[in-house]
Amino acid sequence: MKKKSKIKIKKSTLTTLITIAGIVLAYIIMTLLSGAGVLSNQMKGLLVPICAYAMLAVSLNLVVGILGELSLGHAGFLYVGAYTGTIFTVAMSDIITNDILRFVLGMIVGGVFAALFGLLIGSAVLKLQGDYLAIVTLAFGEIIRSVLGNVMYISKDASGLHFDFNDGSTLNSADIIAKGAQGITVHRMSTFLIGIILLIIIVLVVMNLTDSRAGRAIKAVRDNKIATETVGISVSKFRLLAFTVSSAIAGVAGVYYAHNYATLTGTKFDFNFSINILVMVVLGGMGSIPGSIIAAIVLTILPEKIRFLGDYRMVIYAVILIVMMIFSWNPKCIELRKTVSAKIKGIFKKGGASKKEVQ
Amino acid sequence: MKKTVKVLAMVLVVAMAAASFAGCTKGKAGSGSKDDKYLIGGIGPVTGGAASYGLAVKNAAQIAVDEINAAGGINGHQIEFKYEDDEHNAEKSVNAYNTLKDWGMQILMGTVTSDPSKAVAAEAASDKMFMLTPSASSLDVINKGDTIFQVCFTDPNQGSASAKYIGENKIASKIGIIYDSSDIYSSGIYEKFAEEAKNQSFEIVSTQTFTSDAKSEFSAQVKACVDAGAELVFLPIYYNEAALILTEAKAEGANLKFFGCDGLDGVLGVEGFDKSLAEGVMLLTPFSADSEDEKTAAFVKAYKEKYNDTPIQFAADAYDAIYIIKEAIEKSGVEPSASVEEMGAALKDAIVQLSFDGITGAGKKMTWTANGEVDKAPMAVVIKDGAYVSAE
Amino acid sequence: MSFISNIIDGINLGSIYAIIALGYTMVYGIAKMLNFAHGDVIMIGGYVLYEVVKELGFHPLLAVFLSMLFCTVLGIVIEKVAYKPLRNATSLAVLITAIGVSYLLQNLAQLIFTSNPKNFNIGLDFGTISLAGGELIIKGSTIATVSACAVIMTALLIFIKKSKVGRAMLAVSEDKDAARLMGVNVNRTISVTFAIGSALAAIASLFMFTAIPSLTPTAGSMPGIKAFVAAVFGGIGSIPGALVGGLLLGVIENFSKRYISTTLANAIVFIVLIIVLIFKPTGLFGKKIKEKV
Repeated sequence: MKKKSKIKIKKSTLTTLITIAGIVLAYIIMTLLSGAGVLSNQMKGLLVPICAYAMLAVSLNLVVGILGELSLGHAGFLYVGAYTGTIFTVAMSDIITNDILRFVLGMIVGGVFAALFGLLIGSAVLKLQGDYLAIVTLAFGEIIRSVLGNVMYISKDASGLHFDFNDGSTLNSADIIAKGAQGITVHRMSTFLIGIILLIIIVLVVMNLTDSRAGRAIKAVRDNKIATETVGISVSKFRLLAFTVSSAIAGVAGVYYAHNYATLTGTKFDFNFSINILVMVVLGGMGSIPGSIIAAIVLTILPEKIRFLGDYRMVIYAVILIVMMIFSWNPKCIELRKTVSAKIKGIFKKGGASKKEVQ
Repeated sequence: MKKTVKVLAMVLVVAMAAASFAGCTKGKAGSGSKDDKYLIGGIGPVTGGAASYGLAVKNAAQIAVDEINAAGGINGHQIEFKYEDDEHNAEKSVNAYNTLKDWGMQILMGTVTSDPSKAVAAEAASDKMFMLTPSASSLDVINKGDTIFQVCFTDPNQGSASAKYIGENKIASKIGIIYDSSDIYSSGIYEKFAEEAKNQSFEIVSTQTFTSDAKSEFSAQVKACVDAGAELVFLPIYYNEAALILTEAKAEGANLKFFGCDGLDGVLGVEGFDKSLAEGVMLLTPFSADSEDEKTAAFVKAYKEKYNDTPIQFAADAYDAIYIIKEAIEKSGVEPSASVEEMGAALKDAIVQLSFDGITGAGKKMTWTANGEVDKAPMAVVIKDGAYVSAE
Repeated sequence: MSFISNIIDGINLGSIYAIIALGYTMVYGIAKMLNFAHGDVIMIGGYVLYEVVKELGFHPLLAVFLSMLFCTVLGIVIEKVAYKPLRNATSLAVLITAIGVSYLLQNLAQLIFTSNPKNFNIGLDFGTISLAGGELIIKGSTIATVSACAVIMTALLIFIKKSKVGRAMLAVSEDKDAARLMGVNVNRTISVTFAIGSALAAIASLFMFTAIPSLTPTAGSMPGIKAFVAAVFGGIGSIPGALVGGLLLGVIENFSKRYISTTLANAIVFIVLIIVLIFKPTGLFGKKIKEKV
């Protein structure tokens, strides 16, 4: 990790390049390990969720880190995307027979629906700030989960889709594809490669957005709203833009996530799910895209790697979370880290290879 | 900000290294040194809101495994049993499944709850692993593949059986229902109950729901049933919520009868619950902890001794599940050295030939169809003087 | 009659939300943090109450006192260990730490008390009152809850207005730095706030588990979120706001359960919340946020 490259490239472009190179490298390493048969089943199973969480963390970072607004309902946008996208791929399974095409179209559908909701919520809360905005996003997430995950029944026959908002008794039970709390039965299509491609596209989109004129405006809004308004930049327009893009990405990630499991139900996308993504953003560093990705990887692997702790697993996980937060944000710890890393820089430092194995 | 990223990156490198190496060494151990043991994995929620079900399964399965091992194992081979937490979450459940595969799991006894079970069943089906779920009652689970079997009744079975029982025995003519619309088990039974009710003499006067977010406050639901003139309330739900509904009904001074399914079993064991409130409650269940059946009594005693707790339905199903696996292995004669696929193929052929006598069969033998469904008779019991007695 | 009894049930539920919301609102007003572990402190308070009565055989009222003591100490310890090191960090970092504390409390409770639900029955019988010839039945616990809520609210308002510590709290909530310059011990004031908030949690646990008698390690989280919503409804940081917000939330929730849909009751509560916030962006009683350039 050298500080500056010799060729003069814009710093932000460099970060984008390094991030994408990192993602590609991770893909190559994982594929090689998997091909050589040394990758555990556990790790193989985690590859898709890791990609999904990385996308979610990056998209939430756009709102929390870059726009500077707290969102507690990211799971809601994800669920809207996952739900609509899955309905699409299930309903279209006999019309579009090409899996990849149907999956890609499903992602677009999911992304568009999530973006619409993002636009809706975004414009509803234009006047709100800080914790009040947070509570509206929380409320939105819960509403979505209550409606889609409990009372929404959809059936499909030759004449199209039919909806029932009670208990599905008005629908022909053989044609039902979405069954309230019992959810949707999904045909699994997500692969690691698709995840990596999506992640690269998303990183490019988000990083370009933050670096563009719009992005600079968004950051200006975060740092000082009134000053930004004074120089004639329309605050609400850019807030809305960031909100919508973030939701759209969450929707796409949702479709990807949903197609990795045989079943899609609402219980999973609760408040805790949103919080989990928020933890990734805060831990990875607000506004830092590579940070979000790394935190998503660490926080997805960590709970699995401490399974050997048995009954104490979640207790230890909570403690680790608290300690990590204090470690990265306490002024004294920041001070300590600075002096230590200055010393380490003095000596020559190799990576963490000498560290003991965890297991 | 940069520093945080660096620190995280370091952690990541270590984690990754550990991940790939751990997988490597463990995989070897799984297939190499344990050749003389059957490796049975279990999955269920041990933390979070559904933990009490997952723990019951874990504990009971462990008792069965210890008993079998103490008695010399299966065909002279010991069983090794490992249980992983899934937090009642499909994603974590698949993670747990993969972790167990790394350990070398050959047979899966799980998962406990329906939604995670569906996700895991899809994985097990593609690995052709033999999977026997003690308590996931949704039909979608066994439909995922031909190596997947159930110990409990399927939901449709329970729903229509309950409706028929109420109708044929003319227990009541005006029925209220309170069910958990966010739960697969509960809404699955409700659907079939409502369907069958159309053929029966009684009338459903009020259908009330609740969700997992608000499963502790029932005054609105109970009042609605009373106002609609219900004589009996059908509760296709789990015992904890049922205990609250009974308490609420008493506090409202409501004069209602209650009828439930196997999820209601355990209501007498809720700590702090006034058992007199459950007087007269009827339920269809294949197991009761107070049974005088010799096997049941021995199991309940062992469970109480080891875990200081009365086993619930879930525990009994898990206990049976381990013994079913044992009998299926004995029938097929499959050796511990067999691969997952060979074992799956052998056991799926063996289980349909079994006629199993367990503690959740209500005195009758259990048999299986090739699609994974169990055939056993539910027994109607009524709670009298704080204990279950047969309703017939 | 059932209409009136629904209102009464709603007020009962609302009073419980209000007592919990007070804990949120005080801590928010003074420490400017969302203490997401508050609901879990209530859960712990409930377990202490239950165990002291069942295992040690103490009188329920003594148990209430012990539970308050325990929660107060717990609140202070949490504040010192987890939140104080992050006093000057971004509020998001503190929020995440609070969530870490919440996970920790839930999982510790599960290890200690197991996940088996306990029916909260500590032998405090409030009886019932029958009005209008038995048409209308009011539970004694409802009257106890509503009066406790009123007493607590009044006591808090007086405490903050009149006592020295209370005024220090007001000062810190207005401007932390200015208060420090005026000789207010900010750290101690924040600790006191946590202590009061946690003692309130113990009282809330008594009424909450009397109305909702199911004690599990996760029992505190959903009421916690609802109470937080109530606090926002009324305008977070405002004590009368917490009362009004709590009561409104309780009544709306009960009515939607009874007359619209039990499944969608939560969704309806949240929709009303969004509508209120669109028209009153800082809640019903919230202070206008002043913006300076």
